[in-house]
Amino acid sequence: MFYSPVITNAKEAATNKNFHLFTYVEDPEQHKLEKYESHGGYKVWKNVLVSMKPEKVIEEVKKSGLRGRGGAGFPTGMKWGFIPKSSPKPKYLICNADESEPGTCKDRVLMERDPHGVIEGMAISAFAIDCHLMFIYIRGEFGHCIERMEEAMKEAYNKGHLGKNIHGSGYDLDMIVHTGGGAYICGEETALLNSLEGERGQSRMRPPFPAIEGLYACPTIVNNVESLFAVTHIIKNGGEWYASLGTEKSKGTKLFSLSGHVKRPGNYEVEMGFNLKKMIYDPEYGGGILGDKKLKGVIPGGASTPFLTPDMVDVALDYEALQGIGSMLGSGAIIVFNEDTCIVWVIKKLIHFFRHESCGKCTPCREGTGWLEQMIDRIEAGHGQQGDIEKIEEVCGNILGRTICPLGDAAVMPIQSAIKHWRDEWLYHIENGKCMVETHFEFK
Amino acid sequence: MILNEKSIAEIKDKAKRYPKRKSAILPALTVAYRQLGYVDDTIYKEISKVIEIPFIEIAEAASFYTMFPKKPRGKYLLQVCNNISCALMGSDSMIQYLEGKLKINKGETTGDNLFTLISVECLGSCSTAPMIQINNDYYENLTRDKVDELLEKLRTEG
Repeated sequence: MFYSPVITNAKEAATNKNFHLFTYVEDPEQHKLEKYESHGGYKVWKNVLVSMKPEKVIEEVKKSGLRGRGGAGFPTGMKWGFIPKSSPKPKYLICNADESEPGTCKDRVLMERDPHGVIEGMAISAFAIDCHLMFIYIRGEFGHCIERMEEAMKEAYNKGHLGKNIHGSGYDLDMIVHTGGGAYICGEETALLNSLEGERGQSRMRPPFPAIEGLYACPTIVNNVESLFAVTHIIKNGGEWYASLGTEKSKGTKLFSLSGHVKRPGNYEVEMGFNLKKMIYDPEYGGGILGDKKLKGVIPGGASTPFLTPDMVDVALDYEALQGIGSMLGSGAIIVFNEDTCIVWVIKKLIHFFRHESCGKCTPCREGTGWLEQMIDRIEAGHGQQGDIEKIEEVCGNILGRTICPLGDAAVMPIQSAIKHWRDEWLYHIENGKCMVETHFEFK
Repeated sequence: MILNEKSIAEIKDKAKRYPKRKSAILPALTVAYRQLGYVDDTIYKEISKVIEIPFIEIAEAASFYTMFPKKPRGKYLLQVCNNISCALMGSDSMIQYLEGKLKINKGETTGDNLFTLISVECLGSCSTAPMIQINNDYYENLTRDKVDELLEKLRTEG
């Protein structure tokens, strides 16, 4: 099967003129250049080349209020503005397609089903920062995305959308599809830069920031697939149009990956500020909890964001609202779990991941995630000891804010929130040597 | 050379596109792995000659990434995602099911060298869990029936 069989809300996206990410996502031919062009594809790119100045493109993106969709939520236009115009060095644009935050499976769908949309957004963004060689760094496991992006790139070159003197504009732009080696950390932009340079994927100290000294020590912008995809539509319809969508501070639409114990797990495009409870329960989206069980908790933005309890889910999905209740929007990966789920078991899965993916550069993260894993495994196995929770909290406190990149924080925040929300369950586990709720999800 | 002409040509072609040749290390390793199913010191040396980068720099990078194992595995590498979204949908139980069907433990290869079973971290198939990646392909929304059918098909083809 070439396409992921994931459920999407493409029908809604096709009829809502303000949606733009998933408009053609269910069209089986959309990955072909001819089909993409039949919907007006590459027209914006041509128009930018003949009639726009790079500064104007940056201005529109600034006006749009677009924020990075990879997880950090940094304003995209502002990031571009950090590129030193006077620098004689080449500038690079990198599309970050190392999608690996547990729960996140949205960029993959864009690459598999609408690869030209990704390329056009990249090209316009490259133009904005005077870049003539752009990269897409795709995680190595995504074989189908890699094939699709390479095919689309070839088509784009053949039709003159990429290459030398594009459409007679005098502008040259080349593209490289680069593949990773299966490391989560390479989604962090400085680790990605090292990886792309042929090094181990370990993060770099900042400053210097990549916009000043990035790939090959040249000014570099790294943006997520979904962010770059949106750029074409921002330029087409204007920054003000994009800024009219969403909430006062969180603009535009966003893709959410819904997974876990819901009836309709899938990828959904909605305006920022969409209600999380509606996302989980509405028949058009999640459709409610699998088996009509009770909801126990939600991870709202990917495995590195703090948990929400059922009384917290009546909340807007935007940067500010989730921050306001102590969590984060992250990459928009909503993981739902029901009453049969032991919280220690969930954390065991998560800490195993972070220990495995720690790059090993910073001592607090390298050692700390290992210690946390050992203690949590011990509790889950029924050999917890008095004082373990306090020790876990202490180790968490010694990782938080003490590492070069955010992986350390990402490992710690879910643990801290799981202890805060379900402390009684941790205590029960330690005192009784077993789960308060026996977790067993049968494969049928 | 163990790398065949096609792989060498592909590696050279990739290498010349980067502003700095060292960037070709991961693409070269990927090409080698696709041909051989493993990448060891001998292959690092061959790559080193093709892209003119010191052996040690290739070994240094390669050892960091999980996708370049040093030893060959079965013809079909079954990678079961066992991260949180898949685990909530029964991936632990699916691994046990596969262990029973293949009569091996996780991490092992069947006697006929056809199947290797491992569990891996998130593969970005969270809304279509549980899933297995077999070589380059994803198999999603799996059930016992689908797994039975899939293994049967691979056995026939293998």
